[in-house]
Amino acid sequence: MQQIIDRRLAGKNKSIGNRERFLRRHKEQIREAVRRAVEGRGIRDIAQGEDIHIPRRDISEPVFGHGQGGKREMVHPGNKDFVRGDRIERPKGGQGGGGGQASDSGGGEDDFVFHLSKEEFMQVFFDDLALPNLIRTTLADTPEYKTHRAGFSSDGTPNNLHVVRSMRGAIGRRIALGSESRRELHRLEDLLTELRAQPASAERLHEIEQLETDIAALRARIDRIPYLDPIDLRYRSRVRTPVPTAKAVMFCVMDVSGSMDEARKDLAKRFFILLYLFLTRHYEKIDIVFIRHHTQAQEVDEHDFFHATETGGTVVSSALVLMEEIIRARYPRNEWNVYGAQASDGDNWHDDSPRCRQLLEHGILPLCRYFAYIQVVDQEQNLWHEYASLAEESDTFAMRKASEVDQIYPVFRDLFRKEGAAK
Amino acid sequence: MSDTFNRRHVGQAATPDEYGGRRPRPPLRVPLPPTDRPAQTLPGPSDWTFDLIDQYHTVIRATAQRFSLDTYPNQLEIITAEQMMDAYASVGMPVNYRHWSYGKEFISTEKNYRRGQMGLAYEIVINSNPCISYLMEENTMAMQALVIAHAAYGHNSFFKGNYLFRMWTDAGSIVDYLVYAKNYVAACEERHGVDAVELLLDSCHALMNYGVDRYRRPGKLSLTQELERAKDREAYAQQQVNEIWRTLPPKSGKDAAEKEQARFPADPQENLLYFIEKNAPLLEPWQREIVRIVRKIAQYFYPQRQTQVMNEGWATFWHHHLLNTMYDDGYLEDGIMIEWLKSHTNVVFQPPVDHPAYSGMNPYALGFAMYSDIKRICEAPTDEDRYWFPDIAGRDWLETLDHAMRNFKDESFIGQYLSPRVMRNFRLFSIVDDETDPTLEVSAIHDEAGYRSLREAMSRQYDLGSREPNIQVWSVNLRGDRSLMLRHTQHNERPLHDNAYEVLKHVARLWGFPVHLESVGSLGNVSRRWTVDPSTA
Repeated sequence: MQQIIDRRLAGKNKSIGNRERFLRRHKEQIREAVRRAVEGRGIRDIAQGEDIHIPRRDISEPVFGHGQGGKREMVHPGNKDFVRGDRIERPKGGQGGGGGQASDSGGGEDDFVFHLSKEEFMQVFFDDLALPNLIRTTLADTPEYKTHRAGFSSDGTPNNLHVVRSMRGAIGRRIALGSESRRELHRLEDLLTELRAQPASAERLHEIEQLETDIAALRARIDRIPYLDPIDLRYRSRVRTPVPTAKAVMFCVMDVSGSMDEARKDLAKRFFILLYLFLTRHYEKIDIVFIRHHTQAQEVDEHDFFHATETGGTVVSSALVLMEEIIRARYPRNEWNVYGAQASDGDNWHDDSPRCRQLLEHGILPLCRYFAYIQVVDQEQNLWHEYASLAEESDTFAMRKASEVDQIYPVFRDLFRKEGAAK
Repeated sequence: MSDTFNRRHVGQAATPDEYGGRRPRPPLRVPLPPTDRPAQTLPGPSDWTFDLIDQYHTVIRATAQRFSLDTYPNQLEIITAEQMMDAYASVGMPVNYRHWSYGKEFISTEKNYRRGQMGLAYEIVINSNPCISYLMEENTMAMQALVIAHAAYGHNSFFKGNYLFRMWTDAGSIVDYLVYAKNYVAACEERHGVDAVELLLDSCHALMNYGVDRYRRPGKLSLTQELERAKDREAYAQQQVNEIWRTLPPKSGKDAAEKEQARFPADPQENLLYFIEKNAPLLEPWQREIVRIVRKIAQYFYPQRQTQVMNEGWATFWHHHLLNTMYDDGYLEDGIMIEWLKSHTNVVFQPPVDHPAYSGMNPYALGFAMYSDIKRICEAPTDEDRYWFPDIAGRDWLETLDHAMRNFKDESFIGQYLSPRVMRNFRLFSIVDDETDPTLEVSAIHDEAGYRSLREAMSRQYDLGSREPNIQVWSVNLRGDRSLMLRHTQHNERPLHDNAYEVLKHVARLWGFPVHLESVGSLGNVSRRWTVDPSTA
C-alpha cells in the first residue's frame, strides 16, 4: 500500500536559516531603517515590526543574458488580422512582438519591501545599544507565567490523575447505578425467605425456583457495573496565570534648552526607551510622565517632549520639584514603583546644582526605586560634580556620560545586574 | 556518492541497460479494458480526508495502469501553505543548502501570498525515487484528485521516461545528494566563515546556467588504448610525409614561436563551472567541492529547463485523460468533474497577444494541445495529417505518445509534432525584430505558406542554446598573467546584456586572476570587450 504522509506538523519554518542570511546581508540597510523607525515612533510603540525597503538592484543576482538589439524572431498566439509581410511599428521600449513582453524589465526599479518581525527589530535595536545577551533575553522574552492548581477537571494527562477523587467518584457511581437493582434484590430475598418459611408444595417450589433465577440475574447485573469507568477519572487542573505584577511609573526628565539639539535628543530618547523596555518586562501597567524644563518645568505629552523646541536658560531643580510634586499627588508609594530617568547636557545655572542634589537626596530618591541620569556631552560641569558625589553614596542612583548610543547601557548596569542576580 | 547522481564518468554513450538498469517496459498498443463498473461513484465532498485520498489514489493508479504509465513509486505528502512557500524558496527541493537568495525568494513569495497577489501552486513534484508529490492542505477533494493524476502519474512518468532525465538525473540519489550538499556547505560555513561561503556561492550561482554539460564527456582511455592511438597517428603522419616540402627551410620568427605555445584549453569549453572547478589556480579544495555541488545541482535541473512544454503538456494531458476515463467508468461525480475541469480550463488558457495577461506562450496550453492533437492524428487523421505526418497518422495513439514523450526535448518535440491544426487553433504568427530595420515584420502566419517556417521559429524559440548567450572558455594565458579569456559568440548579432560586467566580476573572483570577455559578431569581429582584474576590483 502506498502511504500518504502528513507533513503538516513537521518542519515548519525551514527557510528561517535562509531568511537570517538574507537579513545578515542587508544589515546596513536594516539598521538604517530601524534607526529611522526609532526616531519616528513613540516610546510605547517601540516593540513592533517594521517594513524594510531595499533597492532592487542591491539584491539582484546577475546572470549572462541577451540585451536589446540584433535580430530575433518571436512566435506569438492570437493573430487577428496580420498577413505575411505586414510591417508593424516597433512598440515602445523596443521589446519584440505585440507588447506583452515588455514587463520584464519595465517595473524593475521598485524597492524590495519586506517586513521585519518584532523580534528581529528588537535584535537590531539592541545591537546598536550594545546590550549584553543576558539582558537581551530578559527584555525580549514574553512575560512569565506561573501555573497553579484550580480544582479538578475530567480530562488531563495521566501524571495529573487524582486517585482518591477518581475512586470516590467511582464509588458514588457504583452506588447510584446499582441502587435500583439492589433494592429489588433485597425485596426478592425477603420474599424468598418468606416463601421458604411456608410449607412446601409443588407450586411453592416452582415459585422459589423462579425467585432464585431472578435473584441470580440481579446479582449478575450488579456485578456487571464496572468498578472503575473512564468517566470517574479526575485530574488535577492547573492553570497558567501571568506572574502578578504591580504598577510602575516612569518619569522622563529632559533639558530642552537651546543647547539640546536633535542628535542629543535622539540619544536621550533611546535612553528612555531602554528604561521603558526594562519596565514593560516587570510591570503590567506603566505610566510615563514627561517633564521637560528650561528655566521652568512643565509636564507635556510625548510629541511635545521630543519635538517642540524652546530656548532659554537652564534650571534643573525646577523639573525635580515638579517631579516630586507629581509623585506625591498622583503616585502614592505603596501602589506605584517609581523610576526616574533624566537626560541633560549638563548645563545648569551654577547656584542651582547643590539644590538639585538636595532635592534628589532627600525628596526624590527615597520615593524612587531607581533613578538614572545621562549626560549627553563630555564636558563636566557643576551639576555633574554634585551628582557624582551623590552617586557614591546612593545605590539607587546611576549616572553616565554618553555621546554614542552604545554608551547608554552602562547607566542601567546596576539595575539589570540586580535583575540578573534575583532570578 | 556524488558521482552516482549524474553518472557521466560511467560510459561514453547511453546503452539501454544503463540508468541503473531501468529498462523501459514496451508501451501498450491499446489500453487495457476497464474493470467492472463500480456500484456507485466515489464520494465527492469538497473536504478531503486521508481515507478519501487513498480511495481516489487507488482508482487513479488502476486507471493509469490501464494506459501502462510507467512511474516511480509514489509518495504523497500533505503540506501547509507555509511549507509550500518553504519548498518554493529552496527551488522546490525538500532540502537544500542555505543561501540568502533562497531567503529573498521566501520573503517575496510570502509577501505576495499574504497580500493575495498570487496563489500558490497546487502541487510540487520532485524528480526522485520514490517520486514525492506535495499536496496542499487547502485543496479541495477534486483538486487533490487532479493533482494526484497530474503530478504523481503525469510528471512522474515523464521523469522516468524522458531521455534527458534518464541521461542526466538519477532520481534515486538526488535527495541524499542534497542532504550531503547541505551538510557540506554548513560545515564549510563553520570552518571558513559564513561570508566566505556566501561570496563563493554567489559567484557560482551567477554561472549556474553555464555549469552544465550538454553532451557526455568521453570516458578516460586506458594506457593501452592511448598507446594504440598514438601508434595510429604516427602511422598516418608517416603516410603524409612529402619529401619535397621537407627540403624547404623552416619559417623563422613570430609564427613559429606562436605555434610553439600550446593553446590551453586545447578546444573551447562550454562548461564554465567545470573548467573553473578543475583549473582555477587559487581555489581551495573545499571551494572546488562547492563549485562542484552547484554544478551538479544545475545539471540536475538542466533537463527540466529543456522540457517545459513537453513535461507540463504531458502531465496536463494525462490528468485530463485519466480523470475523464474515470468519469466514463463511473467513478467520478458530476460535481467533482465540473470543479477540476474549471481549474483545468484556467491552466490551459492561452491569452492572445493583445490580452493584458499575455506573457508569452503558456507551456501547459501548448503542450496539452500538441499531445491531444497527436492522439487525434492517430485516431482520426485528415488528409492534411496524412500529408504532414505519414508515419503516425492512423497508428496506435498510446504507442505514438509514449515515443513522443521519451525521445524528445521541447525544441525537437515542437519541430517534429507541431501540426498545422494546432498552429491554426492558436492563430500563431511570427515576428522578426531586426535592429537595422525601423519596423517589425510579420514573417509567417498560420497559412499553407507559413506552417513550416512558423514551426521552425517556434522550435528555435525553445532552444536553450539560442535563448542563452553562447559563452565559452576561449583560452588561458598560461605564460603571462594567467588571465582567462571568455568568448561570446553572437547569434543573429544579439549583444550581451549590460550586467555581463557584473557576472564577469564573479568569474574573476573564482578565477583569481584577470578575466576578459569578448563578444564576437558573425563576421568574426570583436564588437565589445570587458575586463575585470580581481586585484583592483
